[in-house]
Amino acid sequence: MKNLLAGAAIALMGLTGTAYADGHANYPERPVMLMVSYGAGGATDFQARIVTMTAGNEDALGMPIAIINKPGAGGRVGWNWMATQAESDGYTLGAYNVPHFIAQSIKGGVEYSADSFEPIANWGADPAVFVVAADSEMNSMTDVVDFAKANPGKLTFSGAGLFVGHHIAALQLEKAAGVKMAYIPSNKGGAGAMKSVIAGEVMGGVNNLSDAFRAAAAGNVKILGVFDLERNDFLPDVPTLKEQGFDIDNASVNFRGVMVPKGTPQGIIDKLAATVPAMFENGRVAGKMKAGGSPMYIMTRDEVLEMWAAREETLKELLAGL
Amino acid sequence: MEFLLYFSDVFTPVNFGLLLIGTIGGLILGATPGLSPTMAVALLIPFTFKLEAAQGLILLGAAYTSTVAGGAVSAILLKIPGAPANIATTLDGHTMAQKGEGAKALQLSFVSSAIGGVFGVMLLIFLTPVLAKWALAFGPSHLFWLAILGVTIIGSLDSSSVIKGLLSGCIGLWLATIGFDDIMGAQRFIFHPAVSGGINVIPALIGLFAIPQVITMFAKGPNDTTAEVIAVKKQPVMDSIREVIKRRRALGIGTAIGSVIGLIPGVGGQIAGLVAYDQSKKFSPEREKFGTGHSEGVIAAEAANNAMVGPSLVPLLTLSIPGSPTAAVLLGGLLIHGIFPGSDLFDNHPDVAWTFINSMLIGQILMCIFGLYVAGLAASVARVPHSVMAAIVLGLALFGSYSVQNSMGDVYVMASLGIGMYFLERFGFSAAPLVLGLILGPIAEANFVQGSMIANATSGLGPYFLTGTLNLTLIAVVLASIAYSVWMELRQIRYTTKDDAVHKEEAL
Repeated sequence: MKNLLAGAAIALMGLTGTAYADGHANYPERPVMLMVSYGAGGATDFQARIVTMTAGNEDALGMPIAIINKPGAGGRVGWNWMATQAESDGYTLGAYNVPHFIAQSIKGGVEYSADSFEPIANWGADPAVFVVAADSEMNSMTDVVDFAKANPGKLTFSGAGLFVGHHIAALQLEKAAGVKMAYIPSNKGGAGAMKSVIAGEVMGGVNNLSDAFRAAAAGNVKILGVFDLERNDFLPDVPTLKEQGFDIDNASVNFRGVMVPKGTPQGIIDKLAATVPAMFENGRVAGKMKAGGSPMYIMTRDEVLEMWAAREETLKELLAGL
Repeated sequence: MEFLLYFSDVFTPVNFGLLLIGTIGGLILGATPGLSPTMAVALLIPFTFKLEAAQGLILLGAAYTSTVAGGAVSAILLKIPGAPANIATTLDGHTMAQKGEGAKALQLSFVSSAIGGVFGVMLLIFLTPVLAKWALAFGPSHLFWLAILGVTIIGSLDSSSVIKGLLSGCIGLWLATIGFDDIMGAQRFIFHPAVSGGINVIPALIGLFAIPQVITMFAKGPNDTTAEVIAVKKQPVMDSIREVIKRRRALGIGTAIGSVIGLIPGVGGQIAGLVAYDQSKKFSPEREKFGTGHSEGVIAAEAANNAMVGPSLVPLLTLSIPGSPTAAVLLGGLLIHGIFPGSDLFDNHPDVAWTFINSMLIGQILMCIFGLYVAGLAASVARVPHSVMAAIVLGLALFGSYSVQNSMGDVYVMASLGIGMYFLERFGFSAAPLVLGLILGPIAEANFVQGSMIANATSGLGPYFLTGTLNLTLIAVVLASIAYSVWMELRQIRYTTKDDAVHKEEAL
């Protein structure tokens, strides 16, 4: 019996030895999993399913990507799992949302930071916008800030929660305009925050450009400003906050992309970094994303590394006072 | 009447085929513990990538309708509510199945589901603009009072003792605080990584309802054959239909409550069944029969949870705001075809909108027909020996709780809650009030926190929570509900001792 066990152990060692020797040239040999830390039906989940739908093509990975949802606590559950329990064998990818996970790691109470993950590529950028109900008297960001100056702390505005892009945008607005406003975080994400604007529970709100675009098309809200460096293709008529005289950059833009846990073999990271951006550029993917009103923004691994580092610095400064 | 114009679209061969697939598939998915309607619809989304917009939505709409009704199958036969909507169905439905009346319970549930469901879709067709205003009328303060109204029925849900009902409700409310809090992100009672996301309702449901009975079955051992000779009574379909019509009070209360509460974004679907059950119990002259396998309980609960389906889509279809997780998944199904819900949907794509709504109407009826067909067969589950049954239920419980979030953590939560509940049941506590606490806790808390943040910035706490017609109406209903419970309790003080509880347990 002992001999048999020893033999089995040696055989196993031999097997793993060959797996390491082949240098990941054949990667991926089986379907790959992409963890999304938000529930099925949310914007991140919806976009992740679209951008990975061509993964099985020969010019992409040649293997399908399956989406696994691990929602909870604003994404913390999924990213905690990714940092501590996910296997770093290249078959477990994760979707990231910046600034969410970086802001949460600065605030503390989680087991990850930007150093726990290796970015692969970015697929989308959804800027935050400021919305008011269609019948509101406010027609520009100046109106909003003027009201807030006259009534300090009384202007209520909603957003998808604390330490997410909307909250960052709210903090930036308060800082740049030098006013105090009442940010009301929703526990039902962007949809809940949008509902409270339309229903008149709050006077305004920060929301995703993609969702606000739909609500504005339906005639329910007015979009007063975009929290980004440039105007957006979906809303060419809406000025940025910067154009309206507020010193606000793109730190609140919700970047979505793919990452792997730290410790994933470099050969696999390199292979993914080379193929995944090309996979996002597929024409069918772009068509579906545009139809759904989801702005695409493809970045390579090096660009994402730079963006993460820049965000971490801005957010540390912005959240220092909280 | 525009919807009539598009009726023929539902009956083209491809569309009708998809409708059949969606309905039958939905029944099967719904009957599988752990696969909630939201998950079932999300699983189908990739299949709609290749279909046209209207066809994709027919599939999703049919699946949504029939998974809600399919959840009754596992609730009645296995005492595993597939989703929060089916909790109330277990209370009388499973007791009926144990008496050998499983076929009757299933037939009643499908017939009342179909009646409630058709009524709900009719509301969606005719009253959408009015309903959209109503859905928006509920702000944080109103949702807070609504959750408190739910808390007041906790005591009366437990048939043995109000005090014990309230106590287990409190345990549920405490369990609901575990995890990162919804709004501020504070960490509460996170003693193990498995609960960092909070206690997910579905694994908790499976554990609380299924595990105690699994333990009881195993505890009896393989030699106890007394419970295994249940003769499954045959039940002609017409008798069930007649029974539903005879019980029109329960049917009416269930349908009305399901339609009204189902409309409220984020709250409705989870508590509609329980509130309807409680109300029809309070209005019924035979209220002491509830919980002992009384047909009114099944009818009210199932009419309510299917009546909710139509109205729950109103905020999505008119305002483009998904009011429930399932609606959010359906939104994805629309967006993928470049269709934005709201005025765009009805003005520019009426064929898609009305075909979708019509398919839910036809889907309700198909669901009822298939449901009635399988009811007789499915009820023979009761003939399976207890020892085998226990193993099957345990397997389904493990599979169901793992598959919610692909997480072993949920399996641990399910198992520990289940074992805890086994002992609580021995002392006369029951699972339904506990689950209601678990569901209502976060709703009450989040809306109170949000409401008070808005109130502090504007009018102040008192005026925000205590003025306005809707607030005052809800407060009046809350007070009436408390007064009713106190009055009932004084009129008929009920005692339950440990021996009683054990006796009740043995009888199961």
